[in-house]
Amino acid sequence: MKEFRFAVKNTIPIFFTYLFIGSAFGILVTDAGYSVLLATASSFFIFAGSMQLVMVPMMTSGASLLSLAFMAFFINARHIFYGIGFIEKFRRMGWRYPYMILTLTDETYSILCSVQYEADLDEDRAAFLIAMLDHFYWVFGSFIGACAGRFLQFDMRGIEFSATAFFLVVVVNQWQQYRSKLPFFTATVCALGFYLLLGKEYFLIPTMITCLAALILLRRPIETRESIRNE
Amino acid sequence: MNNSIYLIAVIAVISIVTWALRAFPFLLFGSRPLPKTIQYLGKVLPPAIMTILVIYCLRDTNIGQFPYGVPELVACTLIVILQTLRKNMYLSIIAGTACYMILIRVV
Repeated sequence: MKEFRFAVKNTIPIFFTYLFIGSAFGILVTDAGYSVLLATASSFFIFAGSMQLVMVPMMTSGASLLSLAFMAFFINARHIFYGIGFIEKFRRMGWRYPYMILTLTDETYSILCSVQYEADLDEDRAAFLIAMLDHFYWVFGSFIGACAGRFLQFDMRGIEFSATAFFLVVVVNQWQQYRSKLPFFTATVCALGFYLLLGKEYFLIPTMITCLAALILLRRPIETRESIRNE
Repeated sequence: MNNSIYLIAVIAVISIVTWALRAFPFLLFGSRPLPKTIQYLGKVLPPAIMTILVIYCLRDTNIGQFPYGVPELVACTLIVILQTLRKNMYLSIIAGTACYMILIRVV
């Protein structure tokens, strides 16, 4: 129960983001003439916001499975990098291991890499509940949007900024935790460089690959500063 | 092709691709001791990835055209200041988002 309260407290910002973006997805699906079941099932199984929003118009135009697979690959390829920091943690989690891997979205990732567990908590249980609550908010939001979209005509334009706000808060916290600022600068230089070079649609994956390579090259200065070297 | 079979296939294909991407590092390193480089990356990638995600979220900001990215800039500045001074995640997120939602309506 302690763990559940802790998980709720730490997922509140994502609750709002997922509820609104999830219901926007639900509305999009039913407006396109598909069922509530389709909206709910895709949120349950896919659980990847931007891909699901792109999926709807592609389905309407009868896109081939191959082109949908390519689209999913390009939009979600960033997820390849998320697992790297969690291999050891998730491995210890037993039967929860596959669930933790498959539900590692941008938002769950950012909670898990910034959360400060209280001393008397079962960390694995808390992490699992965080992942499960996020998943639930998303499915619930899609369901509500698909069922009651017509009645939810508030002007919520801009609510999606709450995800950006949350990510930025995590960065501010990390800035205070990490003594070496090189990871932040490397990421910013790579992202802005590729943004100017390739444009907003294509810069993400080259940025991640280059940044990863750059961080490997910068290992010595960063480790010296962080004193995380094991020798 | 039957329509509901197509819809099920769409969900299945997208789920499998997404899951495979999420599982990739675990499949690669999952069952053996982690190489030192991967342990190191596990520590330094989170701040880099989060920084990239923030920039990615702001990618649609058009600074060459009215309102020149002012709502994003003001809201982000507010979030950084609040979070640095007050260290209250809820306050920073709510104030930042409210500020953004107001600015895109009035500017």
